[in-house]
Amino acid sequence: MDLGFLLVQSLSGLASASSLFVIASGLTLVFGVTRIVNFAHGSFYMLGAYVAVTLVPWLFEFDRSPLLFFTGVIASALVVGGLGVLMELLLLRRLYKVPELFQLLATFGVVLMVQDAVLWIWGPVEISGPRAPGLRHGVEILGQRFPAYELLLIGVGPAVLGLLWLLMHRTRFGILIRAATRDREMVGALGVNQALLFTGTLFLGAFLAGLGGALQIPRVAVSSQMDLSIITEAFVVTVIGGMGSVPGAFLAAVLIGQLNAFGVLIFPKITLVLVFLLMAAVLVVKPWGLLGRPETAAGRAALPEGILATPRFGAWEKAIAGLAIAAMLAVPVLGDGYAVKVATEILIFALAAFSLNFLVGNGGIVSFGHAAYFGLGAYAAGLLVTKAGLPMEPALLAAPVAGAAFAALFGFFVVRLTGIYLAMLTLAFAQIAYAVCFQWVEVTGGDNGVVGVWPSDWARSRAVFHYLVAACCILGIWALRHVVYAPFGATLRAARDSEARANAIGIDARTHRWLAFTLAGGAAGLAGGLYAFSKGSIDPTLLAIPLSVDFLAMILLGGIQTVMGAVAGAAAFHAIKDFFMPLTDHWRFFLGASIIALVLVFPRGLGGAYGALRGRA
Amino acid sequence: MADPVLEVSGITAGYGPAEVLFGVDLTLERGAVAALMGRNGAGKSTTLKAIMGLLPVRGGRIRFAGAEIANWAPYRIARAGLGYVPEDRRIFTDLTVAENLEVGRRAARGGRPPWTPERLYEIFPNLAEMRGRSAAAMSGGEQQMLTIARTLMGNPDAVLLDEPSEGLAPVIVELMAEAVLRMKAEGIAVLLSEQSLDFAAAVADRAYVIERGSIRFAGSMEALEADEAIRTTYLTV
Repeated sequence: MDLGFLLVQSLSGLASASSLFVIASGLTLVFGVTRIVNFAHGSFYMLGAYVAVTLVPWLFEFDRSPLLFFTGVIASALVVGGLGVLMELLLLRRLYKVPELFQLLATFGVVLMVQDAVLWIWGPVEISGPRAPGLRHGVEILGQRFPAYELLLIGVGPAVLGLLWLLMHRTRFGILIRAATRDREMVGALGVNQALLFTGTLFLGAFLAGLGGALQIPRVAVSSQMDLSIITEAFVVTVIGGMGSVPGAFLAAVLIGQLNAFGVLIFPKITLVLVFLLMAAVLVVKPWGLLGRPETAAGRAALPEGILATPRFGAWEKAIAGLAIAAMLAVPVLGDGYAVKVATEILIFALAAFSLNFLVGNGGIVSFGHAAYFGLGAYAAGLLVTKAGLPMEPALLAAPVAGAAFAALFGFFVVRLTGIYLAMLTLAFAQIAYAVCFQWVEVTGGDNGVVGVWPSDWARSRAVFHYLVAACCILGIWALRHVVYAPFGATLRAARDSEARANAIGIDARTHRWLAFTLAGGAAGLAGGLYAFSKGSIDPTLLAIPLSVDFLAMILLGGIQTVMGAVAGAAAFHAIKDFFMPLTDHWRFFLGASIIALVLVFPRGLGGAYGALRGRA
Repeated sequence: MADPVLEVSGITAGYGPAEVLFGVDLTLERGAVAALMGRNGAGKSTTLKAIMGLLPVRGGRIRFAGAEIANWAPYRIARAGLGYVPEDRRIFTDLTVAENLEVGRRAARGGRPPWTPERLYEIFPNLAEMRGRSAAAMSGGEQQMLTIARTLMGNPDAVLLDEPSEGLAPVIVELMAEAVLRMKAEGIAVLLSEQSLDFAAAVADRAYVIERGSIRFAGSMEALEADEAIRTTYLTV
């Protein structure tokens, strides 16, 4: 490796860092002011790219000049900024008072809707954009050729950083943004209309995302998968840099750019993992990121979001639970094969969702990567059967063990954090697990996964397997419910409501949270193992973000304030999804719209509605 | 009782399921200083927050400068001319002193000359020396001056001042008393919450005593000073 090669490698890392920073700066600004973690930021990036591949070729009809290229790029970013304003006015404005988790979920609903809208408008085929005129050549650097456009990108990052600095320090709008990032309630009490400030911030954030996307068109083909891949990277940048800190985002973007550029040379197999390892390492040492500050308590909800009362089952509840179990057991007798498949899946998801609400509702540990433990359980069971030739029974025992073991490992770091940083770290660990399953092709089969994960002969029939699943899941839910009612559950709620006070009365809050995380991981692992056998295969979607989001949607639909809501939520969510998916090609759009409607109309979920009905809320 | 700028009648408010205020009544005359006295947890800060719109008002009425402002958004209340100086100061520590003042700036409502950073630096010379510095580097007393100056930048007709003397050195407390009297001299009405009778007696014309969320005494400051029974029942710690 000579010096020129290293330099060029480093420069290409800087070019990526520059693009990443432009996008992440918008995300971190929006988070700083609105405290909303905007999943749809990736959608704005994607829309910026799509608008640009439409607009720039149209402008080239007039004149193929660099001026028109950059006019097109800026115009695309402005269009996306307008869409950001639209999102703020129509959706976010209604969300500022709802709990963080609902906000995240609602913005994920927007992600789903935009994905379908993009497929509908631009079609499923990747679109290659035009090259930038005047910047198509390579530049000679120490004997290596380096694309001129990449050199330009290297300049864009610092230029945006400089312009943002001027905006933030030299204009009233910027000063208000910085003040609101610290204490938005006080800014309001001084006479500043927050609504306008938020709308302005969303415009700026979406503009930056759109700019980042539009600048990519000469480099990458535009596709409808751009949104989720960039949003995780942008999350990582903002978290490493410190959420709300623009200079922090720049520092983090440069770090990640260099790590990727050189990591690919040294560890080509685990590039995806490296970035998340860096994030985990930074958060363990600096829990608020490199340049972040601890969350101020000001303006946050005074009441904990989660299970408050733990009523015992009365006559009604016993009857409902009995009926539900009887209905599940009757499905193989009364229903057809498809009904049995759906019922089996509902049972499995009910256990997974219940284990997640055990963390979220009872423990205040908002895991954004619960699918990781579900998926790792599935992979453990699936690989033991297909690669080690073990029968189903020991493989099914291994699934919860694997889920619990990884939950114990990841949870050791996770429970050191709280709030949104905790959620982001769970997401990071889930992405590490996903990346390993995706990239370690020899063992895991990569993207295709592994097929042939079949139950033992005695459980081969759908009906018998259904009863096996029912036994495992109902027992699992019953056992976890027992833990919620036990002193351990009450201790977790105490640690959730005030870690300091719990510690002060002699509770080791962190250890309790760690044990809870491990237990929930084990239950999710069992659910995952059962799922692998019900499908007969494993693949990386079992640990991917969309499944984690599905689990969250289930518990929110069910109501995180109630103990049993998660079970009802899993059943309702899976039924809705199963109903929409075959009905239309645009199921994502309807799922996203349903999630948003759910958050806006039904903020306490089915369980909350039931509790109100029974006069217990 | 000629010309009230702020009239609070029977407001109730609280945090979640906990009720804190059970029908608070008080009146602030235009250009006057009133002190809301009471022990820790009596409901002083909660009353001011409820008036400012920072806490939902569950019942009762608040009239300010001719408008019913109960449950308005805080920014509308501030724009109507009511300033708020919080107990915990809530300085924007990422901003410089001058930038903190800029956040508070609003157009004058006519009549009095508008507040400018220069005029405020005259009253609080310490701030002038630190104008370009980060507010995070300030002492508690300097932060208290900044938070008052920041509110005055909004050119308010009346100011809610939450525990202005709390936790400050005696020399700074004196400065605070001077600042309150200066506001009064400028024609700004002040409603301050206070535990120290000495401080309140030095600045206020009228006194209210609050205990467990209701007003137990309303009268002139002199009357409160004369009423030994009220003082020992509700104020002495």
